[in-house]
Amino acid sequence: MSSVLLRLEGLTKAYPGVIANQDVSFDIGHGEVHALLGENGAGKSTLVKMIYGLVKPDTGQMTLNGTPFAPVEPRAARASGIAMVFQHFSLFDALNVAENIALGMENPPKQSDLARQITKVSQSYGLPLDPHKTVGGLSAGERQRVEIIRCLLQNPQLLIMDEPTSVLTPQEVDILFKTLRKLKAEGKSILYISHKLEEIRALCDTATILRLGKKVATCEPAKASARELAEMMVGSSFKAPEKTPRDLGKVLLEVKDLSKAAADAFGTSLKSINFSVRAGEVVGIGGVAGNGQDELLSVLSGEMTSKSSAVVFDGKAIGTLGPTKRRALGILSGPEERLGHAAAPNMSLTENALMTAVDRQSLAKNGFLNWGKAQRFAEKVIDAFDVRTPSAQTPAGSLSGGNLQKFVIGREVMQAPRVLVVNQPTWGVDAAAAAAIRQALLDLANEQAAIIVISQDLDELIEISDRFGALNEGRLSQLRPTQDLSVEEIGLMMGGAHDLEVSDA
Amino acid sequence: MMLGKPPLEAIRIIFWDPLFDPNFAAYSRPQLLVKAAPLILIAIGLSLGFRAGIWNIGAEGQYIMGAICGAGMGLAFYPTQSVFIFPLMIAAGALGGWLWAMIPAVLRTRFNTNEILVSLMLVYVAESILASVSQGLLKNPEGYGFPGSRNLQQYSSAANTEIFVGTGMHWGVVAAFVSVIFAYVLLTRHIRGFHIRLTGEAPRAAKFAGVVPTRVIVFCLGISGMLAGLAGMFEVSGPAGQITIDFNSGYGFTAIIVAFLGRLHPIGILLAGLLMALTYIGGELAQLMLGLPGASIQLFQGMLLFFLLATDVFTHYRIRFGEGK
Repeated sequence: MSSVLLRLEGLTKAYPGVIANQDVSFDIGHGEVHALLGENGAGKSTLVKMIYGLVKPDTGQMTLNGTPFAPVEPRAARASGIAMVFQHFSLFDALNVAENIALGMENPPKQSDLARQITKVSQSYGLPLDPHKTVGGLSAGERQRVEIIRCLLQNPQLLIMDEPTSVLTPQEVDILFKTLRKLKAEGKSILYISHKLEEIRALCDTATILRLGKKVATCEPAKASARELAEMMVGSSFKAPEKTPRDLGKVLLEVKDLSKAAADAFGTSLKSINFSVRAGEVVGIGGVAGNGQDELLSVLSGEMTSKSSAVVFDGKAIGTLGPTKRRALGILSGPEERLGHAAAPNMSLTENALMTAVDRQSLAKNGFLNWGKAQRFAEKVIDAFDVRTPSAQTPAGSLSGGNLQKFVIGREVMQAPRVLVVNQPTWGVDAAAAAAIRQALLDLANEQAAIIVISQDLDELIEISDRFGALNEGRLSQLRPTQDLSVEEIGLMMGGAHDLEVSDA
Repeated sequence: MMLGKPPLEAIRIIFWDPLFDPNFAAYSRPQLLVKAAPLILIAIGLSLGFRAGIWNIGAEGQYIMGAICGAGMGLAFYPTQSVFIFPLMIAAGALGGWLWAMIPAVLRTRFNTNEILVSLMLVYVAESILASVSQGLLKNPEGYGFPGSRNLQQYSSAANTEIFVGTGMHWGVVAAFVSVIFAYVLLTRHIRGFHIRLTGEAPRAAKFAGVVPTRVIVFCLGISGMLAGLAGMFEVSGPAGQITIDFNSGYGFTAIIVAFLGRLHPIGILLAGLLMALTYIGGELAQLMLGLPGASIQLFQGMLLFFLLATDVFTHYRIRFGEGK
């Protein structure tokens, strides 16, 4: 860590009604891996957008290598040697790797030259990638490599990475970290945004922590504990979920030899899945995104039906029942995608509460809705889960992601489910709120509900689940007690190692 | 102006004179309800589908089929007199429109065809059937060989008469008002209406909530077909009086404008239907008084929708001049 590469001084950016960043200053040195930490809405993305030229700061300035730096657009930022890997990939499925990379370049060379360059870069940084492969057939980790190589071909001085590990298996994370360390050794700087505190402690030299748009601390993450970092982010101490020993009841939900073809070309087929959940038990299902998580939730919620005997609830075959009938039995679910799936963005919270609670909370009589009662139920959810919203009449889409997540999970939890299936329950939710949601799930288990948590956050699954299984290409590994598993074993299960697989029998 | 007519006077003649000019109001005011009723009836049905993202463009065809079935039912009893004939005709009209709308509904749910194309093309099929029956099956045997059915206005059991003489208030107007109230209650108070709105807002969320998409499609197309059929039936037994080759006058298409002009809201549609009817009547008056071509009023109606949609665009987006990003 020698001289300063990029210096930010007093950056402020206000949007109508909110101050996204206020007087933020810090330095990124040459060859430094700098972490940017903060809760949802702390202003991380606005700050990064200012550096990348997507947003113009109201006041404050940046200097790059000692000269003033004010990019008006991403192209200018790239020309100055700043590259960014976004959380959501912008790749075309139908094109191959080299074509996708060429699309993001100012002056792409000939395809054959480019392919050679790609191979060279991918080998020297230990990121295996075939330039002629079609992107549609790549895994999430490989897609990320395409984005990283696209950036590296520009020979950047500063690489910005937004939540890069959320889609990777532990083994893929190791590969990525090796690459990042190599870049660091070459004197390149990295600005690393992540929620995963352990990763930051392992990788980053310095961390800047943002809270409510202001910088609250700069520290050396290796010298602080994950808990200290989290408390700095939140600004107060919070209670970690407490797992108390529970008595397991009878088997509530059983899935037997469940196979289901994917609904469309981009879905994943489920292949002979077997597992059971007992009352009072939390089953965690891990796996890299796109390995059948959505489909598993759909066949359990009733959005997709299956052979009747494939899903058994309390001794009753329910595979052919739709969502309404399953809700009546007490099987509730919370899908991953908040906007458009778990909630309708243009409808109010009251209407969204009504959406899944109409029968269990008897919010309608002979089909005629009782809006007053619906609103009271919505307000109950808002209170119990600390959803920050002006009122129950606010459209769901105008809530921040974390607040809406609290609402959609709360909506199901408050209906006293007997089985609750959730996918990515704390995705994009800040540490304190995530802890509250996990606690609510554990509390439900204490009341003898069976809980199935599908998640890509391994720490979350290890924290709350009693048994763990992993989805890989639509197959589910055997469930094993979580406390007996090491992270390596979990990684192998996620990668679909065959000795752990039961479905091929 | 471009047609060489005084613009302000034209606007006065279109929007003011039909309602308040002593010479015309007596005739025009009842006409307002007569013209508005089918528009409102059809538009209410269409708006339910549009709310759910189901685009029935073929209300004109359902309107024709409702008229043919309703008139056919009445003529089958000719010359018997009975109080049951008119209610039977209403049922037949509704059924005719409903069946015609079920064709795109079934094709959509079974084979995933596009209901826009199917319903639109069925309009032309319906027009051909209309031409055929008015020269064949339903032709007036005492009509001296002219195409067209008997005049139902002269067959009292089948006539859709004015309830209050001189007001234009026939049974179709009553049906239109009832449909407005029905749609309002459905959309704001009933779970089915909630599911329709949910389907339009977020189809995946609707499925998650337990809505069966097939049922919403069949329900929405069914209701809109039924209401369009009713409108056709009330028209043929009332203001039009008989089935003729050119019986349909574009109400089914104009109703699409009415539905959007009313913002797909029942009360809005009621007002939009009255406004659109006013442009029809005022337009006729303008043709008479100023010699404006008939097409110019259609142009005006089209522009109304065009500017409304433009307003929507500009409330959500703004134009930026200069260098784009």
